[in-house]
Amino acid sequence: MQKKVLKGLSLLLMLSGLLLFVSCAQTDVQATPDVPKAQLAAETTASDADQDAAKRALEEEAIRKEQEAARNAFVSEDVYFDYDDASLTSSAQAVLQAKAGWLRNNPNAAILIEGHCDERGTTEYNLALGDRRANSAKTFLVDMGIPASSLKTVSYGEEMPVDPGKTEEAWAKNRRAHFTIE
Amino acid sequence: MKIHFNQNSLVIRLLFWVALLLIFFPSNSIAGYDYIDINNPYIKKIPIAVPLFKEMNGSMDERTKSREASVLLSDTLEFTGYFKMIDHGAFLEHPEEKGISETSINFKNWTVIGAELLITGGISMSGNNITLEMRLFDTFKAKRLIGKKYTGEVADLRMIIRKFCNDVMYQLTGSHGFFNSKIAFVSSGTGKKEIYICDFDGYNPRQITKSNSISLSPAWSTDGNWLAYTSYARGKPDLYIKNLKENKVSIVAKEGVNITPAWVPGKFELAATLSFSGDPEIYMLTGGGKVIKRVTRNWGIDVSPSFSPDGRKMAFVSKRSGNPQIYCQDLSSEQVKRLTFHGKNNTTPSWSPKGDKIVYSSMEKGLFNVYMIGADGGDPTQLTNDAGDNESPTWSPDGSLIAFCSTREGVSRIYVMTSYGTEQRRLFSMSGEQTNPKWSSNNMGN
Repeated sequence: MQKKVLKGLSLLLMLSGLLLFVSCAQTDVQATPDVPKAQLAAETTASDADQDAAKRALEEEAIRKEQEAARNAFVSEDVYFDYDDASLTSSAQAVLQAKAGWLRNNPNAAILIEGHCDERGTTEYNLALGDRRANSAKTFLVDMGIPASSLKTVSYGEEMPVDPGKTEEAWAKNRRAHFTIE
Repeated sequence: MKIHFNQNSLVIRLLFWVALLLIFFPSNSIAGYDYIDINNPYIKKIPIAVPLFKEMNGSMDERTKSREASVLLSDTLEFTGYFKMIDHGAFLEHPEEKGISETSINFKNWTVIGAELLITGGISMSGNNITLEMRLFDTFKAKRLIGKKYTGEVADLRMIIRKFCNDVMYQLTGSHGFFNSKIAFVSSGTGKKEIYICDFDGYNPRQITKSNSISLSPAWSTDGNWLAYTSYARGKPDLYIKNLKENKVSIVAKEGVNITPAWVPGKFELAATLSFSGDPEIYMLTGGGKVIKRVTRNWGIDVSPSFSPDGRKMAFVSKRSGNPQIYCQDLSSEQVKRLTFHGKNNTTPSWSPKGDKIVYSSMEKGLFNVYMIGADGGDPTQLTNDAGDNESPTWSPDGSLIAFCSTREGVSRIYVMTSYGTEQRRLFSMSGEQTNPKWSSNNMGN
């Protein structure tokens, strides 16, 4: 599906490139009516090269976009925890497995894992709980073969909620390990 | 007379202070503790009369300061929760006109309106100097309990009044009270959490940290010279040990968290939770921030140490039984005892200055309240009720009051109450939220 769209897109671009070339050539011809045919031919050859470059650029752009999407997912997808708990649920482990995949493709990335808590519990206790959560996530990734040296942790306790609400839903969003790329 | 000073200039100024003990010598300085029993849970407030101060020279300046002095004296004593201030309208005689010494006082005029104690004061000013003389009387015994005279600068008025209140409290309770103490706390008024300090009554709040990050968990050394706290100034929770007089700071910035400091009473040592081992454990540190030894040895969270007054035991919070509960560890034998069994979230213990009680916050039905338990455990007594979250209790240095933070009026503010949970009142109002109060010892100078 994605490939099909890509093909279609590149075809469209090639056509429009050709069109642009033709119009340019026409203008050229009109301005200098006695341009030799050889020159036109040369320009045609150059346009083939341009088309290839455009195609390559498009492919690179697509890859770049794909990588960016993967990177965004890596950063935006948080690992969630149960109340007063730093252990990893099965869904938390699934999120971390995806993250491990990205980290394997990006071995040079330096990662900061932030541990966060909901507002219930005291500030002091939550600083320690956030630390345990960040470390749970880190340990899981290290066990999956990610070098510990690329993973730093910081606990923010209850200091930086994503949702300041006082509902079960807000608290669930705030009990998280958040990943940033340094 | 032992006085602690903050600044050298103050020392020079205060050299002029005179306590004319020979003239106004308290007649029963030793056996004077039976007026207020601070261990009695059913305190009867003592009715006390504090009339206006007499203007000794009759100048306009004296008139203004006379009112200020008597109001300040009255407010300071009322803050303790031990006194019932008698309304000035009920007074049958007026020492500010008639005279402030016992020869001018008809004690029957005071006993008949129910005043058991009477404080008279006189004020004289000359230039920038102020002299206050104050006397405490037992009206039923028609006896002077204290008589003191102080000379200082006009700006020292509050300090002088507090000094006299210290003497009054010592006379009546046998304990020096808390009028020289301060409270450190966290406030978000600037948009960031910073550490502040105010006087015991909320007067004169001032900002201590300006890290523009997150600062938390202030802790006083016994001498009041050092404040330890956690700050994110370098992007992660590090422990700062700051000298408040000199501009000196030690930083403990190990990997992981460096949090929840508590000083060992009377020592230049403190405990704090560090997680560089991969697990938050409590360590003993020097005042310079070097690790002396590890105190807790248990997988899972160990935080919020608080020492017994003799420094031999440490109360702390541990998750070792599955949820946060309060434990006590004997520091020499390393024996650990669990103290709390009610509720699933018991945190931030604070050991009483007398050593017999521990207050803490406990969550029931989603809300935190302040509870008190014996230092050996036992049944907890609930001190706050039905009014938002009530957290981070901290004792006044004489053990008579407890400060805590509460969301009872919406945003978190700092409140005080007696150690029996009575007379709960807000300490002050400032912008932002105030949390994490920590009461200092009583030897802070002024």
